[in-house]
Amino acid sequence: MRAQGQPQAVKFTLPQVPKIAIYIVGFIPAVWLFYEGINDRLGADPMRYLEQSLGLWALRFLIATLAITPLRQLLKINLLRYRRGLGLLAFYYACLHLLTYLVLDQGLDVAAIVADIVKRPYITVGMATFIILIPLAVTSNNASVRKLGGHAWARLHRLVYLAAIGAALHFILVVKSWPPEPLVYAAIVATLLGYRLIRSLIKKPQPRRRAA
Amino acid sequence: AAQLSAVKGRFSTDEKVTSREDVTTYNNYYEFGVDKAAPAKYAHTLKTVPWTIKVDGLVGKPAEYALEDLIKSSALEERIYRMRCVEGWSMVIPWVGFPLADLIRRVEPQGSAKYVAFETAYRPKEMPGLQSAFPVLDWPYVEGLRLDEAMNPLAILAVGLYGETLPNQNGAPIRLVVPWKYGFKGIKSISRISFVEKEPPTSWNRQAANEYGFYANVNPAVDHPRWSQATERRIGEGGLFVKRRPTVLFNGYAEQVASLYAGMDLKKFY
Repeated sequence: MRAQGQPQAVKFTLPQVPKIAIYIVGFIPAVWLFYEGINDRLGADPMRYLEQSLGLWALRFLIATLAITPLRQLLKINLLRYRRGLGLLAFYYACLHLLTYLVLDQGLDVAAIVADIVKRPYITVGMATFIILIPLAVTSNNASVRKLGGHAWARLHRLVYLAAIGAALHFILVVKSWPPEPLVYAAIVATLLGYRLIRSLIKKPQPRRRAA
Repeated sequence: AAQLSAVKGRFSTDEKVTSREDVTTYNNYYEFGVDKAAPAKYAHTLKTVPWTIKVDGLVGKPAEYALEDLIKSSALEERIYRMRCVEGWSMVIPWVGFPLADLIRRVEPQGSAKYVAFETAYRPKEMPGLQSAFPVLDWPYVEGLRLDEAMNPLAILAVGLYGETLPNQNGAPIRLVVPWKYGFKGIKSISRISFVEKEPPTSWNRQAANEYGFYANVNPAVDHPRWSQATERRIGEGGLFVKRRPTVLFNGYAEQVASLYAGMDLKKFY
C-alpha cells in the first residue's frame, strides 16, 4: 500500500502484463499435474506425488508473495501489482493440496481424517495453516481493503507470516530424517521473515511517509 | 541384469505382483539420494563385481566370503513377498534368494551369539548420498536381527528379482528381505555380517529412536508417532484413485513369525 506514495523510489519497473496472466501461468503446474495424473505418468505413487507437488506449489507461491516487499526495497523491482494474484494462487494450491489429501488420500474417511488432525502434528499444523489463509483469501479484493481500511487490512494480512512458518514446518514434519529440500524452503521463509524483523528493528520508530 | 534360475519357493503370496517398472524406480536407498527416483538414476555407479562379505564376531568360521561362493552353495528360490514400507505404502515383489538361515548355519555361530548385525557397503566415491555435508543418516547403514528371527525360514538374502540379478537400486548384489518387518530392515548391498551378543545399533533407530524401533515389525496397532500405520497404499493399484487397504499384523506373516514375539509387548518393542 505504501509504495504507491513514492513512485520515485522505484528505478526499475518490469513491463506490465495484465494481472490475469499471473493466474494463467500460475495454474499451469496444476493443469499439468492433473493431466499427467490422469494419464498415469506421475510415477509409482501418483496420488502421493500429486499431493506433495500441489503442497509444494502452495509454499512456493507463498514465498513469492513474501518476496515482493524485499525485492522492492532492496532491488527496486516493483511487482506489487502481482502480489494479490500470487497470494491467491498460494491459497488455491493449498485448497487443491487439501482436497487431494481429503478425497484421494483418505477417501473422505472422516474418522481417519479427524484422527489425523488431532494426533498428527504435521496435519494439525497443515490444517491450521490452511485456516489462517482463509481470511486472507476472502479479503484479497479492493472492496475488503476499503471496508476494513488500509491499516486494519494490512494488520490482518500480517497473518501471512504465520502461514509461511506453518507451511514450512508442515513440510519438515512430514519427512523422515532431515533431507535438504524442506530445510531449504524453511531457510528461505526464515530469511524473508528475518529480513522484515531486522528492518523493523532498525527502522523503529517508523515515520509516516508522505507523498513527495 | 543376468538371468537367474530359481525354483518356486515356499511362502509365496498369490497377490498381484507390482510391476517391474515400479519396483525398480521407486526406491528408498539414501546412499544414492533421498528422492525415490534417485537410486534408479544414480546407483549404476556402484561396482558390485567383485563382491565380498566379511563375516566376523562370535562365529566359528569367520572369513571374507566371495559372493559367488555364497550363492553357489545355496539353491535359489523365488519368493513372492509383500513389502510394507514404514511410510505407509506397499508392494508385492518376486524376489530371488536363499534362506538367511543357510548362510548362518554354514558359518557356525557360537552359542553366545544372540544377534546378527549387518552393514551396507560404505563407498563415498560410488554413492553420491554419502558425499553430502549434511548426512541424512549416520553411515554406513547398519541393521540387525535377533538370531532366532534371522533363522526364521521367511528371512532371505535376495540376489535377484523378477528372475534376474538385482538392479543396483534394489540393493545389488545381495540384500536382506524380512517381509514381516518394515522395509527399512531390509538392508541393501551387504558387505558385512557380524554375530554379536548384544542388540546391535540400527540406522533408523539411531536417527530417531522414538520413531523407529529395533524390531520394526509391521503392526497396524502401533502408529508411527507422526502418522498412522493402520492402512497402506498398494503401489501400482488404482493410480490416482488408489484405495487404502488395511495393514495386517506382521504384514500377514503371523503364522510364520508370531511365535518369535510370544509374551512381548509389541507397543514397547516396536
